[in-house]
Amino acid sequence: MNGLDLWMRENPLTYVWLGSYAVALLIFMIEIAMVIHKRKITLQQVRLMREAQDEAGDDN
Amino acid sequence: MAINWFKYSAPTTFYGLAGKMIPWFAFSAAILFVIGLYIGFVVAPVDAQQGEFYRIIFIHVPSSILSMFLYLVMAGYAALGLIFNTRLSAMMASAIAPTGALFAFISLWTGALWGKPMWGAWWVWDARLTSELILLFLYLGFIALHASIDDPRRADRAAALLALVGSVNVPIIYFSVKWWNTLHQGSTIKFTGTSMHVAMQQAMFTVLVACWLYAIAVVLARVRSIILERERNTTWIGELPEVKQ
Repeated sequence: MNGLDLWMRENPLTYVWLGSYAVALLIFMIEIAMVIHKRKITLQQVRLMREAQDEAGDDN
Repeated sequence: MAINWFKYSAPTTFYGLAGKMIPWFAFSAAILFVIGLYIGFVVAPVDAQQGEFYRIIFIHVPSSILSMFLYLVMAGYAALGLIFNTRLSAMMASAIAPTGALFAFISLWTGALWGKPMWGAWWVWDARLTSELILLFLYLGFIALHASIDDPRRADRAAALLALVGSVNVPIIYFSVKWWNTLHQGSTIKFTGTSMHVAMQQAMFTVLVACWLYAIAVVLARVRSIILERERNTTWIGELPEVKQ
């Protein structure tokens, strides 16, 4: 039995919490951050594109 | 009063509706996660055979169910997009794929963590585990295929075909523990009943509902960005307050 096996059997709740729940919550946090970032970037791109179109319209 | 459901299949109306629904789903998901984890870690008793290790079930089972169910929903939207050529269906399918892939990953990850103390191995080439791994690859394949084609409508059609073909894997995952001799245990909860303690059931179902609500909130938020991106040249996008500011 190696060190990790011994540790997980001595600290089962820490193993369960850190290994599965903390990882799952971290994944959810990363996904939320990515979705928020994507929204910001998309809005910025759409605004820039609209402004460019408006300016092109004014020039004509 | 009859509701015109077709009205909400148009990106124009769905965009606003999704924006209103996201906070409700996100807030409910957060509350239910806290309640589910409280029941799972404080109220639910220790398992006689597996000790504290069994508590991985409260995230492992919901994420596995979600990974399979989201795939079917994604394939359903992909089929609708393919048959009726509806824009929103294809956008929904694209928005579901990353969340489904993450749930498949969490399912495999937590399964490995549960397998090590119980079976003595992080991974075995068991039918249930292998078919779930194939599901993760199908999600990744869907995302990669969609991203590799520049024309969004062609990308939608190609990815939809992959989603439809891949949906055959979902019943294989579900029935794998019945069809083959597997190390993975059979279903704990069946239509005929369960031997699980009430508190364990409550924790599992609460986290399952929380995961569902979380998935809906994230998918709706993602589909709003996809709608913005794809419909950027339309008049209604230009009139949105967030675009005008």
